Amino acid sequence: MNDDRSRFTPLQRVLHWVMALGILTMLFVGVGMVSTIGPAYLTLVSFHKPLGLAILVLALARLAVRLRHGAPALPADLPEPIKLAARLSHVAFYVLMISMPLLGWAMLSAAGYPVVVGGFELPPIAPPDAALHSVLWNAHRALAFGFFALFLLHLAGALFHAWVRRDGVFHAMAPTPSRPGRR
Amino acid sequence: MIDRQPSARGGPALRLVGIAAVVGVVAAAFAGTAGWLTPDRLTPAKVVDTLASASGPALGHRRNHAKGVCFTGTFESTGAASALSEAQMFAPGSYPVTGRFNLAGPDPSMADGTGRVRGLGLSVRTPGRQEWRSAMINAPFFPAATVQDFYDLQVASGKKDDPGAMKAYAASHPALRAFGGWAGSAPFTESWTEDRFNSLDSFIFTNAQGQRQAVRWSLVPATAPVGIAAPDLKTRDADFLGQDIAARVAKAPQKWTLVVTLANPGDSTADPSQAWPDDRRHVEAGTLVVSRVEPEVDGPCRDLNFDPTVLPSGIATSDDPFPAARSAAYAVSYDRRTAETKDYPHTRAGGQP
Repeated sequence: MNDDRSRFTPLQRVLHWVMALGILTMLFVGVGMVSTIGPAYLTLVSFHKPLGLAILVLALARLAVRLRHGAPALPADLPEPIKLAARLSHVAFYVLMISMPLLGWAMLSAAGYPVVVGGFELPPIAPPDAALHSVLWNAHRALAFGFFALFLLHLAGALFHAWVRRDGVFHAMAPTPSRPGRR
Repeated sequence: MIDRQPSARGGPALRLVGIAAVVGVVAAAFAGTAGWLTPDRLTPAKVVDTLASASGPALGHRRNHAKGVCFTGTFESTGAASALSEAQMFAPGSYPVTGRFNLAGPDPSMADGTGRVRGLGLSVRTPGRQEWRSAMINAPFFPAATVQDFYDLQVASGKKDDPGAMKAYAASHPALRAFGGWAGSAPFTESWTEDRFNSLDSFIFTNAQGQRQAVRWSLVPATAPVGIAAPDLKTRDADFLGQDIAARVAKAPQKWTLVVTLANPGDSTADPSQAWPDDRRHVEAGTLVVSRVEPEVDGPCRDLNFDPTVLPSGIATSDDPFPAARSAAYAVSYDRRTAETKDYPHTRAGGQP
């Protein structure tokens, strides 16, 4: 049993790092596939869809875990605006992790494409409607760039905590097991 | 760095530089993946851009094969191809289809008599959301051997003030000269119902035993072709094909046989500019029955993307690079035109398929 309240639970940390890898891969695959006209295009698209669905499932599970376990308190000496930004960034991450796969799925549905994910056909989640497709596609694309920008901020912030402030915030989510006596 | 001998962990300034470097490298990798650092890279958007005429694309319309009419009907499968492919549509039965007769070119108001290349887009739906989409043309082979060639051809043909560009392209690309031979000699028929439409691209059929077979397919018209003499072609109404198809379908359903052509071992599947010899085995998979024709503006084909990689299980892409390229480019065309609905408004309320 892990009673270390200064860190995210092991399950939260595993989910974080697995999803970090998945989401970063997803963003690169997405931006790569729409600018590719070679045979890799189809490979990337057929990889993008199941990975997106996996992220959706993991994000919902992670949200449930977060609501149950919460997050370690931020350092008391962290300025209030930074604390607020940290909290808002977490909200933005959850919104993006859940909305992006749904937007992709809905966008394909609105275009009337069969939604085949890893060989399985999913039901449409939006009616066939060209104008709706356009709105969803634009949202999917714009939020993808926003997602990547947020990721860069998150990365910079994490490294700032780890290398400059050394205040335990990075350690709270670090991909290392908890050791007794170490904060 | 001012600090000449930073400790192993570095001073705060060095650490900030380290953070900036990590973030910068990730951002640069992203930009590289997006192609922003390699402006010469051929992208789907570039290919679609070259399709437009000098005055720009027709907003709201397909970026190529812009002129067309919608049809609906059925595919009546004989079951003959079910030994080749486990696709549901090849099991004996009748399956609903939505399609589109069209003309190659970026102008939705072009005169039908000027359309050398005619096309047919098709979607066959089977129970359980499986679907087969195909976009075929009346040419027996493609004018370009590779996607890069196709792009170069579009660029060359777009240089209207430089006739040397096309000559130079043709001189170095035998596929275009062969295509010119077809374009200069094949008759212009008086009806889409008299045209044969060909997949050109090669696909792989897989049957229930897992055996794979490279194939191409064609829709062979039941109606005998009647050619229009060149002088007469100019006097025809700009919409004579649309009027013809509406009149014929109003009288009786119009039919094509779906003929699957089987590659021999060693036949090239990667190059749609190379037709296979005529002696290859053929299988008549069924009949396309077109029973209703509607204008595109409110028709059921309007918002369909006839992406040739929408395939049921039992049909897959081959080493032919064009279906992937077409899928990527058609998606760009689709994403653009669906954002321009106001430029091509529906004529009746709720004109959705």
